[in-house]
Amino acid sequence: MISKLRADASEAIADVGDGATVMIGGFGAAGQPVELIDALIAQGASDLTIVSNNAGNGDTGIAALITAGRVRRVVCSFPRQADSHAFDAAYRAGEVELELVPQGNLAERIRAAGAGIGAFFTPTGVGTTVSEGKEARTIDGRDYILEYPLRADVALISAYRADRWGNLVYRRTARNFGPLMAAAARTTVVQVDEVVELGALDPEAVVTPGIFVDRVVEVGERPWLRAGEFVGAPA
Amino acid sequence: MSGLDPSAPNPSAPNRGALDRRALAARIAQDIPEGAIVNLGIGAPTLIADALPAGLEVILHTENGMLGMGPAPEPGLVDPDLMNAGKQPVTELPGASYFHHADSFGMMRGGHLDICVLGAFQVSERGDLANWHTGAPGAIPAVGGAMDLAIGAKSVWVMTDLLTRDGASKLVAACTYPLTGVACVSRVYTDRAVFDVIADGFAVSELFGDTTLDELQELTGLWLRDATGSDETEGMRS
Repeated sequence: MISKLRADASEAIADVGDGATVMIGGFGAAGQPVELIDALIAQGASDLTIVSNNAGNGDTGIAALITAGRVRRVVCSFPRQADSHAFDAAYRAGEVELELVPQGNLAERIRAAGAGIGAFFTPTGVGTTVSEGKEARTIDGRDYILEYPLRADVALISAYRADRWGNLVYRRTARNFGPLMAAAARTTVVQVDEVVELGALDPEAVVTPGIFVDRVVEVGERPWLRAGEFVGAPA
Repeated sequence: MSGLDPSAPNPSAPNRGALDRRALAARIAQDIPEGAIVNLGIGAPTLIADALPAGLEVILHTENGMLGMGPAPEPGLVDPDLMNAGKQPVTELPGASYFHHADSFGMMRGGHLDICVLGAFQVSERGDLANWHTGAPGAIPAVGGAMDLAIGAKSVWVMTDLLTRDGASKLVAACTYPLTGVACVSRVYTDRAVFDVIADGFAVSELFGDTTLDELQELTGLWLRDATGSDETEGMRS
């Protein structure tokens, strides 16, 4: 019997090593796998490269990982925000390197890694500072720069429901980078609200097929849901 | 990033009929036709959503993975799984769809998005846009989806005050801030006038309040074509 289910987040991330490249899903707080990140902080892996859209919000998740001093490098599109004080302080202290990637190039580089694409020409960033030092080409009259895939040792993502084969469905805009990162990492670890019986997910509606998923942890329903129905949350 | 604070007055330009942000948002909304798929940048451009006429079917795209985005939820009905690119809570309209980030940005690069409206630090005479980074020492750069939007949408419009708080023109011969995109802006809506980017610079298609073309030329230091009497600048252009 195939089962990718793990007892808890600690078990699911136990083998993440020092110096690992870790993709972390989420756009701001939506889809950020906070329980997996908390387990990673407790596990102690350090010298990490984090690939994510943002570089942490508030004091939880990626921000807490940075504050704990575990992050050497961040690859992201939008580090600076009103509540990115953890990253701001570490960056200004010279403790964290930043590779800034336009959001669409970030997504496509991750997608390319998962899809076995060696590199791709993108129009995004042409004529700007992010194109410096990159191979350029004009194709059918449009200018492009060459971008390479982004791979990871581990992807930590959050989804809504999974079965024991690792098939995933997401919820609303919490999907964001999840399906891309799942395919781009050597080991993909997913936290979900709920694990359902094999066959309970509509095959037509599966967003990430289990082939891209290695481990699944059920962390329980978020406070704004009850039995799968949205019940609201404080503004 | 918008370069505009929706609540702040512009002290450098006395208001003599110049449009405030909500009025400017309403003016821009008039140029968005039914059926358009539109991305509204973070900040002041989000005001345009509230100015679209009720019943007009315009589909709002948010780059974090949604088409058919609706307005902010009622208090108590904030869904943390449902936010816009500015990470503000939003709602889902009938007909909405969700997708991952690679699809979302493919919609831009692939030429599927009709209009995006962005804020700006500077726009140059050839339509170069600078809106992501001042380049100031110590500033932490953050680009987000701005470069993808700037080169991706079929029509890229800018919504901004004409002048900075220090009175400098945001319309320039050449941008001095780091660029977001090259020759990508087709139209600039400001509090004083509407400008189209044409082959030889900016054309003024509409003046607000008692603003005059001479005054705009003085404020911007640029030669401006007078297109205020022409019908060709009405409606959406790409």
